[in-house]
Amino acid sequence: HLTVTEPVAILKASEVWGALRGLETFSQLVHEDDYGSFLVNESEIDDFPRFAHRGVLLDTSRHYLPLKSILENLDAMAFNKFNVLHWHIVDDQSFPYQSIYFPELSDKGAYSSNLIYTPTDVRLVIEYARLRGIRVIPEFDTPGHTQSWGKGQKDLLTPCYNGGQPTGSFGPVNPVWNTTYDFMTKFFKEISSVFPDEFIHLGGDEVDFSCWKSNPEVKEFMKKQGFGKDYAKLESYYVQNILDIVSSYNKGQMVWQEVFDHKAQLKPDTVVQVWMANNYARELSSVTGAGLTAVLSAPWYLDYISYGQDWKKYYSVEPLNFPGSEKQKKLVIGGEACLWGEFVDATNLTPRLWPRASAVGERLWSSSNVTNLQDAYNRLTNHRCRML
Amino acid sequence: AENEPSWETPCAELLVYVSTPGCDGFPSLDSKESYKLSVSKGSMLLSAETVWGALRGLETFSQLIGRDENGTYYINETEIVDFPRFPHRGLLLDTSRHYLPLRAILETLDVMAYNKFNVFHWHIVDDPSFPYESSTFPELSKQGAFNAMTHVYTASDVRTVIEHARLRGIRVIAEFDTPGHTLSWGPGAPGLLTPCYMGKAPSGAYGPINPIVNSTYQFVTSLFQEVSTVFPDFFLHLGGDEVDFTCWKSNPEIRAFMTEMGFGEDYKKLESFYIQRGAGNASVTALIPCPVFTCAPQLRPDTIIHVWKDNRMQYLKEMANVTRAGYRALLSAPWYLNRISYGQDWIEAYKVEPLRFEGSPEQKALVMGGEACMWGEYVDVTNLTPRLWPRGGAVAERLWSNETVRDVQDAYARLAEFRCTLLGRGVQAQPLYVGYCDHEFGGV
Repeated sequence: HLTVTEPVAILKASEVWGALRGLETFSQLVHEDDYGSFLVNESEIDDFPRFAHRGVLLDTSRHYLPLKSILENLDAMAFNKFNVLHWHIVDDQSFPYQSIYFPELSDKGAYSSNLIYTPTDVRLVIEYARLRGIRVIPEFDTPGHTQSWGKGQKDLLTPCYNGGQPTGSFGPVNPVWNTTYDFMTKFFKEISSVFPDEFIHLGGDEVDFSCWKSNPEVKEFMKKQGFGKDYAKLESYYVQNILDIVSSYNKGQMVWQEVFDHKAQLKPDTVVQVWMANNYARELSSVTGAGLTAVLSAPWYLDYISYGQDWKKYYSVEPLNFPGSEKQKKLVIGGEACLWGEFVDATNLTPRLWPRASAVGERLWSSSNVTNLQDAYNRLTNHRCRML
Repeated sequence: AENEPSWETPCAELLVYVSTPGCDGFPSLDSKESYKLSVSKGSMLLSAETVWGALRGLETFSQLIGRDENGTYYINETEIVDFPRFPHRGLLLDTSRHYLPLRAILETLDVMAYNKFNVFHWHIVDDPSFPYESSTFPELSKQGAFNAMTHVYTASDVRTVIEHARLRGIRVIAEFDTPGHTLSWGPGAPGLLTPCYMGKAPSGAYGPINPIVNSTYQFVTSLFQEVSTVFPDFFLHLGGDEVDFTCWKSNPEIRAFMTEMGFGEDYKKLESFYIQRGAGNASVTALIPCPVFTCAPQLRPDTIIHVWKDNRMQYLKEMANVTRAGYRALLSAPWYLNRISYGQDWIEAYKVEPLRFEGSPEQKALVMGGEACMWGEYVDVTNLTPRLWPRGGAVAERLWSNETVRDVQDAYARLAEFRCTLLGRGVQAQPLYVGYCDHEFGGV
């Protein structure tokens, strides 16, 4: 609650996080007149976010992002009242996270020895974010998207076969070996203590079954478990084990939508991130219909650049435009603007993300009736100059 | 042999030999940019006919130098004979839609030189703003710039750009686009633009330059006279694109003039009339974009036509038409780098073959080259460099290298490495795809 009158302006909030948001608003109310004097208009503001989860996803695997870049982005997020940094920290291409228990992961998996995040770096990001009211949710995506893990951890990934012989290449994490779960148990113990947020994102997207299908041990396992030819069942078997491991560390889990689509047994408070653009409204119905919470990203893949004012289409998204009851709609806790890193690194991250992400920021904070594009344009151009 | 330097002798000297001196001159369309580079035991020699060729050779030489794990610089024994396929290899920057600070222009010129671009097409003014400080008409920028104190190019700025370019063998071709794209000229030149009408009364809005009043031609002639003194290149780009006829049609005086001249309802004739009188008087040879060509067939024979309209490969037909009519041509249509899209769009730019149209060898010889364009609607100093590089490099190679150099895999490998080189030189060039460079950009 912000009151601006003479002689004193008062900002009241029940928690510091609200105060931070109010301070940002207050800073935006201050303007300069033609003589260089700073002014604030008399104001009375009662503000609160529409959605509680307002995130930005950064990908530090396809390209390493130096700390400076991440921190600058956290500042920009705070200017736009974003409150979650979804740190997609490792993936196929590189493993920059320096693990304490498994130092080989980054030793062998990072692009190079200096392109890593040390425990100190990670602590810095978390604290920098915290001071801005931003949660850091790390994503350690498995069983797919894990090529770089195999470099530093032997016998983690599934060896692919061709005509009875290993080809030398590897697929997703091997779901049939006990050692896999021993590793994950230890690994997620570390992650759970390094990252203070209640939630860890476990990934689970785009698992390619072909390598599993080629592997004789895996095929044998499928038979034993009675999964038939349905490898989605094997994926779910794997995911459920990981969910159990992470639960045992008292962490909540976020997963990509495939985990839900492939019918894994999720915990009731697992958050499903809806990312597939095709018919995402229907997916939101399904996820919330099953009583699970959802976070929307599908229409907000900001890495998909195109010519012109694409911020308008991000702004025009209405997250609750899907068939469902009031109760269901309450299960959509927010959304995330995703900036995947295939074509993004520190040279172009900031101009690519901002001010386009601001459109998402407003959609997630403001009331559903704040939709006028012309008005948004005027305010957004001002805000852009302010960010400069 | 006794006097033969040992292979371990560090190569400390590159001898540069230029047969025709000319360090004080300006590069031109006819400049010879060929060079020979010989690197062998104990001697490195760069020879060129002109300084411009030497500059190209020096850039190549700088790219040949590698560094081993011990940090030692080395260069392989090499024998290179090189020359450009096309003499006009340009880049367009737009400083009207957004002002670009001087340092952004100068840095762009540096990177152009790294890519062997040799023409800077400066689209300096347009509808949104007029940043060019004219000595003849100071009100133009006073009234027309975004901010007359901070968002202008003074005469000194312009001289700096021209000299910075010259030292890199880059020609600066200024574009003062008329009669359309001139809204920003209006405030500083009352009476220049056509008042639009709503029925019988002026609506308050303005359109293209008014082609029926003498004052227009006095003005345009004076301005172009100044511009041709300020910009030493033989060529001036006169624009002439996208002229919206609605305002002209709405104006009763213009309608009367159309009748008087027997133009009927063909406003293209009025546009031609303007071009002939406005451009014809400029003592420079004009580069004119294609639409003008279709409506002003009586252009001076040494006019160069700039083909920019890209409706699905139609541009090749246009190249055929232009060259068949005997005019020289420049290609930009498939190289609008401002049209961003997801993924490795540099590949499409690279695959363009400027001469893939139906025509005789004589026709094809009329293609002087092309230009990559970075229009400024969505571009300013915050995103110019990553948006321009390394994508611009694909166009640069297409214009310099032999037609047979087209393998995309090979180009990817070289362009990705070149991108890392650019980073090492402090250029904020964006990545082509996943990966890393030894010297990453620090961010911010």
